[in-house]
Amino acid sequence: MNKSLISIQDFSKDEILHILEVAKEFEKNRTSRILEGKVIACIFFEPSTRTRLSFETAVNRLGAKVIGFSDASNTSVSKGETLKDTIKMVSNYVDMIIMRHPLEGSSRYASEISSVPVVNAGDGANQHPSQTLLDLYSIMQTQGRLDGLTIDMVGDLKYGRTTHSLLQAMSLFNPEFVFTAPEELKMPGEYKDFLKDRGIKYSETTSLEEYLDVCDILYMTRVQQERFTDPMEYEKVKGVYRLHASMLSGVKENMKILHPLPRVSEIDQDVDDTPHAYYFKQAENGLYVRMAIISYLLGYR
Amino acid sequence: MESINKELKVSALENGTVLDHMPAEIVYKALDILNLKGIDNQITIGINLNSKLYGKKGIIKIADRFFEDEELNKLALIAPNATVNVIRNFKVVEKKKLVMPEKIEGIARCMNPKCITNHQPVRTRFTVMDENGEISLLCHYCEKRSDIKSLF
Repeated sequence: MNKSLISIQDFSKDEILHILEVAKEFEKNRTSRILEGKVIACIFFEPSTRTRLSFETAVNRLGAKVIGFSDASNTSVSKGETLKDTIKMVSNYVDMIIMRHPLEGSSRYASEISSVPVVNAGDGANQHPSQTLLDLYSIMQTQGRLDGLTIDMVGDLKYGRTTHSLLQAMSLFNPEFVFTAPEELKMPGEYKDFLKDRGIKYSETTSLEEYLDVCDILYMTRVQQERFTDPMEYEKVKGVYRLHASMLSGVKENMKILHPLPRVSEIDQDVDDTPHAYYFKQAENGLYVRMAIISYLLGYR
Repeated sequence: MESINKELKVSALENGTVLDHMPAEIVYKALDILNLKGIDNQITIGINLNSKLYGKKGIIKIADRFFEDEELNKLALIAPNATVNVIRNFKVVEKKKLVMPEKIEGIARCMNPKCITNHQPVRTRFTVMDENGEISLLCHYCEKRSDIKSLF
């Protein structure tokens, strides 16, 4: 059976640590043409700039070629072709499929049809495992370890898939969590139950200031308008948190601010120049982590 | 007289399966789950029969039909206390209790409107989650939980 990456829980702790080690190698050596002669499909049924460019760059830097599309509207999908047929057809041409699709569970389904490994580059609000791995890599690179850290997650903890996946992955490393969110966007009960079952401590607050000085990682997220079905609910909570440089005077020296980007107003530009800002470097790390994922799944690392 | 024998006609089964002690309101759904709609066997259905256990119970008798445990266990999702009597030559030869299945395929819909299974011809797959008798279904595809009402 091919190994695919659909959900972060498809990887064991050892596999996660292995990916992070391989990513270190690629950070030192950004061009490593170990996949010369391979062809990889990047099929994006929903637009995405950062993720697609980062995956395509990773494929190119590994020496493989990319085919694919960045928008389903010019493809046979718009003629009513099923996902099954698209995947069957593409998987006959290539060595790996990297896909994003607006429907949840689409990548898991594709991996059951495909004859080659599938990497989930986001399936609706469900999973986006390469984001989680690059978050873990960023945490390890800034803290020198993954174990025993306090992580403050801020913003949309209800719909934000990045925080849910990061919570599941970090739970392997004895963390402590803080959930900072307005009432309407609190961390769902099933994730809190997940932590309770594992004896992992967490606190909840609506105040961004409350735990700012005790956390090692401040994980900020955007309130994503596209995830709301009710526009009134969005209007009530957009722009609820704004981090300014002046709020950082008492924070831990090692504290780093992560954000999956794009940001809107939740991190002021004056934070960018502080030693705590790490989000642009975090986005860059996505390249090395995606190179590691691709080469691992194809059996080259 | 025919009319006097009515009760006998309903209760007697020479060979077949009797599903008893079901909540009265799930009888139609049980026919769905066991794929009994449209088959040629003689089927007798009782709804709102008096029962000590439920007040009102449902019963289904299927002539000349015997089930694999795996098929019957799907019924545990909506009627965990149902009993199964296997009848041969007018005698009960076996009584069975249902066992909650760990996984089910193709019999429930995912409640998540954005799930792939609600948009493309994908057979649904769920893991049955049983938390202190509270049954919910975890979708194999979108990883969201549906409560058991999604079966109805």
